[in-house]
Amino acid sequence: MGCLLIKGGYVYDPLNGVDGERMDIAVRDGKIVESVDEREAKVIDASGMIVMPGGVDIHAHIAGAEVNAGRLLRPEDHAKDVEPRTAVRRAGVGYSIPSTFTTGYRYARMGYTTVMNPSMPPLEARHTHEELMDTPIIDKATYPLLGDSWFVLEFLSRGMVEECAAFVAWMMWATRGYAIKLVNPGGLETWGFGGNVESIDDQVPYFNITPREIIRGLCKVNKLLNLPHTIHVHTNNLGKPGNYETALKTLMCVEDLAGEGERAIHVTHCQFCAFKGDDWATMESGAPAIAKYMNMHSHATIDMGQVVFTDTTTMTADGPFQYGLHLLSGNKWINHDVETETSSGIVPFRYKRSSRVHATQWCIGLELALLIEDPWKVFLTTDHPNGGPFTSYPRVVTWLMSRRAREREMERMNERAVRRSVLPSVDREYTFYEVAIATRAGTAKALGLESKGHLGVGADADIAVYRINPEEVDPSRDYRAVRAALERAAYTIKGGEVVVRDGEVVKSVDGETYWVRVEMSEDAWEVIKGEVAERWSQYYTIRFNNYPLTDHYMAISHPVVRKARI
Amino acid sequence: MRVVSDVVCPFCGCLCDDLELEIEGREVKAVRNACAIGEAKFLHYGKHERPRPMIRRNGELVEVSLEEAIRKAAEILAEAKYPVLYGWSSTTCEAIRVGLELAEEVGGVIDNTATVCHGPSILAIQEVGLPGFTLGQSRHRADVVIYWGSNPWDAHFRHLDRYSAFSTGRFQPSIWRRALARLLSQLAERRMLRVARRLLLKMAPAPKPRMPPVEAPPEVRKLIVVDVRRTRVAEMADYFLQVKPNRDYEVIQALRMLIRDYELDVDEVAGIPVEVLEEVADILVGCRMGVLYFGLGLTMTRGKFRNIEAAISLVRDLNARTKFLLIPMRGHFNVTGANTVFTWTTGYPFAVDLSQGYPRYNPGETSTIDILLRDDCDAFLSIASDPVAHFPRRAVENMLRHPLIAIDGAVTPTTMMADVVIPAAFAGVEVEGTAYRMDHVPITLKKVFEPPEGILPDEEILRRILAEVRRIKAEGVAPEAVALGAG
Repeated sequence: MGCLLIKGGYVYDPLNGVDGERMDIAVRDGKIVESVDEREAKVIDASGMIVMPGGVDIHAHIAGAEVNAGRLLRPEDHAKDVEPRTAVRRAGVGYSIPSTFTTGYRYARMGYTTVMNPSMPPLEARHTHEELMDTPIIDKATYPLLGDSWFVLEFLSRGMVEECAAFVAWMMWATRGYAIKLVNPGGLETWGFGGNVESIDDQVPYFNITPREIIRGLCKVNKLLNLPHTIHVHTNNLGKPGNYETALKTLMCVEDLAGEGERAIHVTHCQFCAFKGDDWATMESGAPAIAKYMNMHSHATIDMGQVVFTDTTTMTADGPFQYGLHLLSGNKWINHDVETETSSGIVPFRYKRSSRVHATQWCIGLELALLIEDPWKVFLTTDHPNGGPFTSYPRVVTWLMSRRAREREMERMNERAVRRSVLPSVDREYTFYEVAIATRAGTAKALGLESKGHLGVGADADIAVYRINPEEVDPSRDYRAVRAALERAAYTIKGGEVVVRDGEVVKSVDGETYWVRVEMSEDAWEVIKGEVAERWSQYYTIRFNNYPLTDHYMAISHPVVRKARI
Repeated sequence: MRVVSDVVCPFCGCLCDDLELEIEGREVKAVRNACAIGEAKFLHYGKHERPRPMIRRNGELVEVSLEEAIRKAAEILAEAKYPVLYGWSSTTCEAIRVGLELAEEVGGVIDNTATVCHGPSILAIQEVGLPGFTLGQSRHRADVVIYWGSNPWDAHFRHLDRYSAFSTGRFQPSIWRRALARLLSQLAERRMLRVARRLLLKMAPAPKPRMPPVEAPPEVRKLIVVDVRRTRVAEMADYFLQVKPNRDYEVIQALRMLIRDYELDVDEVAGIPVEVLEEVADILVGCRMGVLYFGLGLTMTRGKFRNIEAAISLVRDLNARTKFLLIPMRGHFNVTGANTVFTWTTGYPFAVDLSQGYPRYNPGETSTIDILLRDDCDAFLSIASDPVAHFPRRAVENMLRHPLIAIDGAVTPTTMMADVVIPAAFAGVEVEGTAYRMDHVPITLKKVFEPPEGILPDEEILRRILAEVRRIKAEGVAPEAVALGAG
């Protein structure tokens, strides 16, 4: 693999407190080291450029059953955006839902090297991993959907938290998952018969449990298993006016479960659950209330779920929400209910500047990012592809870094939405340091990825170099230059190898798949062999022994070992 | 003797994974849990002739070494301007992934059997979407099960008892007793009528097939069958709507009107009395969770993708009143997998043209049959499929005009007509790998036997062809470049 020396760049490495200092970064055998012999090493001259750790995306739907159903649904999305094959690249297509190879290349071009795929129906885990195998360059992990699994609901309704933890630990192994994902907990089970839950204290029919109990139960499970990430929650009532209260209740309901300085919950794409108002006519932003709460509490993190005005494809495991969106938009609709576990839905969608609701959504995302003072609590996402494709991250960064960029966008937007938003009065502009937190350091920390998101000695040599000089360019005024630089990294280095040069992929490598292997006691495993195995055939249409994956489904398997307290 | 359990059956889209085999040496002695076809597939393993690597020389297929056959195949593909790589639905996803890379490398068209099967269904899905589900949802929750233009009794044998009306779910009981009783009574009735007719010297009128409704208790699962002929499933069904051939579209639209509370001003629609349709519409609206399985009887009859569009719209409309979902009954055990792998790699599920260096999709232009009818392609690779036996005659004639490569585990009309034959191991018997059930649930096929000496899995054969193509291309470019440089 050899050595690499990145010389003279302005380094932003928030986890190590480095804020734009000019320093050299040395790489040997895919890791960052103290120094290398300059004569041996390949030298990259980064003077006048920004050096950051490779980007870490905490939430982007890039692979699996629903993403692929979205690809199938939208040939019109692909025909307008194609990527021909080259000597190093495979061919591909897709604007809002790119094919797997294209996804890997486009992330690498933006300097991203790690991406979390946030919703995997456990029953279809093989599919997700097969696609991740075909997604080159980036490292990845995926979160199994466990908030509506019958086993989880039944264990928790009987108060059997430790048994539930054993089951979740087995699921992490069986599906090669990384974190517990909850989507509209309780609601998806109810959607099996076409219903939904409307608050976190509604009963889930037939299961004698409420969403609150599911969230709290899985939060406890998460702690028992000592998982690297917190529970990753898509709240109930997503996309409905007035749902900011549900989001607040969700955040509050696990307050007491976080120890001192610990985190207990990540509320994802928070923009979609920060709507205030009684109906669409009175819908406005609930972001200030959520930001206020976040500023006073430290047990939670969120990501933005920023909306970008474009034609995109919405996809979530939240079946009832997607059906509502289909009714609202009249667009074509895919639904995919997964037995015993979850559901999902897909609807193409266009966010319009002229729409008051869409413009308000745009404001909410940015309000969350700008009103929450601590950048370690709120991360940049578009909930790809729900708010917009991940390729629009550089634009979102310019809105965070430049008040002028925001104003220019607001000039073209629905006036009523802008008038009712606090955003025009917000002066805050992110610095490069804060951008580095929102896009890599903060996410890596929240995910518990110890060797990602920083450039300290021993970290993975995943590095992004952007052609922009922070001493010469004022991102507030020259935001277009920032956007251009972030869209096409000067260099992206993955595992010590240069994979992108001047925004073009020059080499394709395989990424690693991270997953959590929980070590627990023999007694805990007995639950799986006993109760779970016995009831399995009554619940599933595939056999217990045929359910778990083998390592054959990962290009490079990277287990993260955790010791459980059961 | 060894017993292998939890074996996955590599036959139809049901992908039953609970088979148990008793094996002695290289022979399967007994198969448990499988349907007749699945059982035969394993019991007859090793009893049929396997193809040998062969190349056609002077009109005769001559046995050659495997390496030579692979080299010849690679030469054909590397030289071709517009080759078609067709088949894929009876092999593993791992092989399909390599196939896509090969298609990209040779700049051809890659297409799977959906093109002559559920292709129109896919076109309809791309128009209006698909409210779908995995089969367990139907097992646990469905209180109305509809089979439309599909006969699981003869095509997806275990579908009824594993996934729908005869399965026992969490919220729904099996109705097999009721269905069986009805079937037996109908058989008995018909036999008596036959005897009576014979005794009365054919004086009695021919038995008129009894039209629905047959009483079904409320609150319990109902089985509804729509078909042009009275199949076994139709005989067991609570409601059988015998639709006149090619007129399904009218029935669907009539049902759509009824569930939207419109009156129908006719006595019958496509041979079905309006009262019956009204009753069925009531059941659809009144159910808690209904599922519709549609087969080629709907997809490939007049109207094609318009039929499916209408069926999807019907189900979509029903969701305003209750919960209703549908999926197609897929045939080959991994046709769903072929669509899936194609889609994540190229964005499109079948008929993908890679000749421009990026994926293009335009069924009707880039689909295999249309290419063959226009006689556009100049080489054809068939893998895990038998197009010579199944394609229209003119398409086959054009196919045989150009070099034909066949990769298959069995001797078929295609291997007999091919110019290069490469024997392959059987996926799901001799090769492990991934396949997708008709509802997109991926399952790992088991390897039960080692393949015979010298027979490789599809994946390995394709890898070797790909490597060989790359070698030929690298060599082929070099002399030209030299010549140009010298000139």
